[in-house]
This record gives sequence, C-alpha cells and structure tokens, in this order.
Amino acid sequence: MSYKTIELEVLRYRPEEDDKPWYQSYRVPCGEDWVVLDALNYVKDHVDSTLSYRWSCHMAVCGSCGMMIDGEPALSCKTFVRDLPDRAIRIEPLANFPIERDLVVVMDDFIEKLERVKPYVIRNKEKPLDEGEYLQTPAQLKKFKQYTLCINCLCCYAACPQYALIPEFIGPAALALAHRYNQDSRDQGHESREDVVAANVGIWDCAFADGCSLVCPKHVDPASAIQQMKISSTISWYKNLLGLGGKGP
Amino acid sequence: MSVKPYIRKVSKSTWYLSRRRDILHMIDETSSLFIGVYVLLLLMGLRALAEDEAAYLHYLEWLGSPFLLGFHWLVIASTLLNSISWFRSTPKAMRVQIGENIVPGYLIAAGHYVAWIMISLFIFYVAGVFSVG
Repeated sequence: MSYKTIELEVLRYRPEEDDKPWYQSYRVPCGEDWVVLDALNYVKDHVDSTLSYRWSCHMAVCGSCGMMIDGEPALSCKTFVRDLPDRAIRIEPLANFPIERDLVVVMDDFIEKLERVKPYVIRNKEKPLDEGEYLQTPAQLKKFKQYTLCINCLCCYAACPQYALIPEFIGPAALALAHRYNQDSRDQGHESREDVVAANVGIWDCAFADGCSLVCPKHVDPASAIQQMKISSTISWYKNLLGLGGKGP
Repeated sequence: MSVKPYIRKVSKSTWYLSRRRDILHMIDETSSLFIGVYVLLLLMGLRALAEDEAAYLHYLEWLGSPFLLGFHWLVIASTLLNSISWFRSTPKAMRVQIGENIVPGYLIAAGHYVAWIMISLFIFYVAGVFSVG
C-alpha cells in the first residue's frame, strides 16, 4: 500500500492547562484506504498520546466518533481521507456542545433531552407473558424502521442552527426517536410524550433548515420525522378544538 | 464531566455566514418577509376598492411607481423561491406508505407541481387571461 503525508489541524483543549482551544498540526503518513479515524489513531499511537477523542467500533455503528471534519459534522470512521480536498484537514469537536477535552464533547444535555421524550415502548397495560409477544406486520415495521437506525452520534445536533441558537430545543435525534415510538404499533405512549414533543421547544422550534438530515450518517432523516409530527400535532389540535378527540403526534 | 468545559459562543446575527446551506436557508426564510409585505399591499388595494373608484385608481397609479414595480419583481422572485423550496420539502412532511412500500419523494413533489400548475391555469382562466379580444 502506498502512503502519502497529510496534515491534520486538530482543535486541542486541555482544561488543566488551556483557557481556550487552539489548533495543533500533525503530519501523518496516510494509506489510500484510510479514514480520518485511522489518521487520528496514528497520531495517538505514534505522535502524541495526549490527544483525546471518542471512538469504538470503527464501522459506523456505535456513533462515538462524530466530530467536525472540515466544518461538517461526520463520523470519522466513515469519512475517507481520499474524499476530502487535498489540503490540511481541519478536525474539531462537534459544534454546539461544550468541549470536555480536545475532540470530546459534553453530551449531558442530549442525554437529558433523550430521557424526556421517553424513547421506549409504553403500554397502558402490559398483557400477561402467556398471551405471547406483541405481533407486528412488515408494513407496521416499515412505518418506523428508518427512525430506529439512529446511533446517537449527535452529528444532527452539530448541524442544527436552531439548537445552536436555542439550547432548550429538544433537537433532531431525540425528536426522531419520539416519532419512532409514536409510529410503533405496539406503543401507546403518544400522549405522555406530547408535553415535550408538541411544546415550543419541541417540534415547533424546528425551522426545517434540513441540516440534520443532510449530515446524518445513517440516513435517519430527522427533519422528515419532525415535519410529520408537526402535521399530526396540528391535526390533533384542531380535532381537540372541534371536540372530535385528537391523538398525539 | 470536566470541571472546566469550554463553551463556544454562537453569534446570533452572523451564525449562518459560515456554511453555504445556512446562507441559502436564510435567503429562503428572509424572502417570506417580502411576501408578507406584498400581502399588506393587497389589503391596501382592497381598502381603496371599498372606498371609491378614485381611491382605487390612485392606488393603481401608486403601484406603477418605479420603486413598487421593482418591489413586484422582488416579490415574484421570492414567491418562486418559496414555492420551489416548499414543494421540494413536501416529500419530507408527507410520507405516504402503501403496504410495505414508501411512495418515492419525487412523485409526491411532482404531484404538488402538477396541482400548482393546474390551479394557476384555473386562476388565469377565471381572471380572463386566456380570453380573446
């Protein structure tokens, strides 16, 4: 395999020593089939062991290695160096999140919001185990399967201008997961999610910039989920107004 | 969590300038302001029409000023931009599933374009655009 030397410009922030982030350049011999994560691992193993970043699976499944690569949120394990412009690659922690250290961001806000949308199947009353499982047809599964593919990489939050400007906004991934469970034929938790989903800081704070869907490495399309919820929430509101009894989004 | 997380500030007035798609998004959003102002112009026309013939003729004369003619071109451009971005977005908001298949987005968008053209032609017909002589 042939190697060519590339340059990485990595944003560094060490809370014990730095008052603000700064860029450090690394020169790395890069293989033809390397992804950005391979280059970072080379730095960690051979050049600078103090560099901090998250990664685990190296195959776009765990969602750990989301970061800004040349200004766009992406998984570093899925971004091939050969697909980037032939100049220094700028690598920064995901935008819109506090920096914990180097490329590691503080995810607490997302985790708190994820909990608020109750991302699990809710039943009004569980049926006894001896009555068997909750069956689902392929068509019923198809209705929400796309939204199950989210790996919580937070690239969508880093691309979302609304989350950048309104930190209270629940945000794309959490809302897409709420939609995923609302669409699940086994779920009966629409109404218990509505307080969060249909609030101003929920679907109505989305300005449909579509950045979330454009950068999603798993093609979940959170923007689509949110717009669908806006329509169903509006229909529900009018049904309630007319006394017809609406169902949550 | 670290004891000293670094929080990056986002400018509320210039945040969109760093990414092309955010600039385009802001142009799309801003164009709706011109459409809003145009709705006010139409309401002023209705009020003049309700007043008397002289007021309405004065309103029409006022609309013919170079500034308002230029503004009409801006509104046409804004309306086209908004319409196209709206129809491009419809497949996201209207996900249609038939059995186990999702109807392709381009068919949803195409349906909206056809409806847009048909309704426009109908309005042109009612307005007498196609009448001869």
